[in-house]
Amino acid sequence: MSKPLNIIVCGSLVPDPLQTLEPVSTPQGPGLKNEQMLPSVLDPWAACALYEAAALAKTRAGSKVYLVALGPKAKLQQLMMTVAQKVPFELIAANGPAGGFTDAKETAEELAKLIKSIPNLDLSSTLVFGGCASASRDAGVTMPFVAEKLGINEFFAGVDEIKVADDDSFTVLERIEGGKYLSSTCKGFPAVVAWATGSLPEPPNNPQVGMMNMRGVMPALMKAPVVNVGSGTIAYEKTEVPSAKRDTVVKKDMSAEAIAQEIVEWIKG
Amino acid sequence: MKIVAFTQMESNGTFAQDVPLFADAIKASGADIVIVPGTSRFKRSMPAAALRAGADIDTNVTDVTVEGETVKAQRWAYRQRILATFSRTGRPWVIVTDPALFAEISAKLGVSETKEFGAGAGDTRTTCNGVQAAGGGGESTIRPDAKLLFVAGAGWTKKQADGELHLADAASSITTFLGKSGASLGSSKSLVDMPEAAQAFNFMSHMNQVGQTGSTPRHAKGLSTCCHGEEPHVVGRRFINERRAINLDANCGWAQGKADVVYVADAFEVMKKINEMM
Ligand SMILES: Cc1cc2nc3c(=O)[nH]c(=O)nc-3n(C[C@H](O)[C@H](O)[C@H](O)COP(=O)(O)OP(=O)(O)OC[C@H]3O[C@@H](n4cnc5c(N)ncnc54)[C@H](O)[C@@H]3O)c2cc1C
Repeated sequence: MSKPLNIIVCGSLVPDPLQTLEPVSTPQGPGLKNEQMLPSVLDPWAACALYEAAALAKTRAGSKVYLVALGPKAKLQQLMMTVAQKVPFELIAANGPAGGFTDAKETAEELAKLIKSIPNLDLSSTLVFGGCASASRDAGVTMPFVAEKLGINEFFAGVDEIKVADDDSFTVLERIEGGKYLSSTCKGFPAVVAWATGSLPEPPNNPQVGMMNMRGVMPALMKAPVVNVGSGTIAYEKTEVPSAKRDTVVKKDMSAEAIAQEIVEWIKG
Repeated sequence: MKIVAFTQMESNGTFAQDVPLFADAIKASGADIVIVPGTSRFKRSMPAAALRAGADIDTNVTDVTVEGETVKAQRWAYRQRILATFSRTGRPWVIVTDPALFAEISAKLGVSETKEFGAGAGDTRTTCNGVQAAGGGGESTIRPDAKLLFVAGAGWTKKQADGELHLADAASSITTFLGKSGASLGSSKSLVDMPEAAQAFNFMSHMNQVGQTGSTPRHAKGLSTCCHGEEPHVVGRRFINERRAINLDANCGWAQGKADVVYVADAFEVMKKINEMM
């Protein structure tokens, strides 16, 4: 029988994509106006990673999913009210900034420390998941940094599918140029997988799962260490939202023929 | 200031092979700044290589300015919503750009040396099985070099004026246009998330999705059809200069300053005419 897996998902919060963001200067560097008040969601690609982790865990009895999150404690607690209802996991949290202007190196350092703090973690049966890029920093570097910090030599970027065989070998599909996939097979664990969308829809809220998760979530938040994550060697000069508003011309009452003619000329022009 | 460019041949390497290869090359280059095109291979392995080499790295850099010894870079945070201008005190500094911007940014930096990488070699537990198409397995509808991005939204799958669905018509209209125009196909999230679209539109997949949780492609022009133009979608259009949309709704997102021209019309009818004319 194949052995149980540890699947550790790194993921934190980002502002709800429907919110308007306004950059401001703070004593700690650039930030967002009313950052503490902005509604947040679980970082979308990390959320895909979490749902894929839960589905994979179900295929091997005894497997366990961890969610490793670095973010402001109060906001993480709020986020857990919804995320904890999605799939079963154990939260491992650190209390610190999670914005788009922090340094990925420092974030990765803290995530690696949190992962190493998991008691009796056997890396030879561990997969570390995360999103291929955050919706805050959007750099795609945190997960390969985590791999390097953990000394894991197998990393896959922009993954949409993983198939794990009974002998622990697994095949992944990574997004590459021109809308294609690179298929690779790895002999075994550990490995770090940075997910793109995957193939699973967002699971519906399940209050029972929520209650079960929350038993661990509250203590995890209570003992979350305070971590200092700054902007490293970056010296920000300016953060701005360049005006993207166009003077839209709305054309009504044109025949389909006339519109088609105009569009064809525009395409060819 | 020494600026070195890294490029790659049509070849690949696994993370286990490429990280030491690239890390050694960063160290050996003696560069202050290493500029790299963001191919999938470099994006996979360059971050860890930079870390191993004690370098700093910034990805998705869209522009640089050079004044004497001072280099400032620009990149977007929050998925194309906030533009940051910054410099780095750490050296070496690895700057990764979109492949389409690599030549322009290299020229601004003034590259003094180029290093080209061949296939990765050395110990690895990973074997590449090869490249495969996404979705239906046919020819890819994502064409990064196309001038035009054609975006299909969820409206193509909605009941139309006659109260009926027209999925087969929609699929044929879209594929005919792609064939005639050579455009690249983009999609809204709502469309690729729909199970019925996955069946009827097997020429597209999540890879075609543009926006917050999709791609941010670079094409000169973008034509949207049956797509509302909501903000999480529009952030993926940041680098499309000329934008037009066909939508039944005169108050759709595109009409709120997000497109240059919005045609208030039935996209089924207009695309049929366009396909006849092309
Ligand atoms: C965390 C998160 C991330 C997201 N990421 C993305 C993302 O990356 N990309 C993305 O696209 N969305 C994203 N979204 C979703 C986004 O908010 C919208 O819901 C989505 O873009 C809507 O898709 P749509 O415009 O195709 O569909 P709809 O909103 O359903 O709009 C359909 C449009 O079709 C028009 N229409 C119907 N029939 C016709 C016809 N015959 N002719 C012309 N027009 C017609 C209608 O008028 C309507 O405007 C995200 C949302 C969240 C919460």
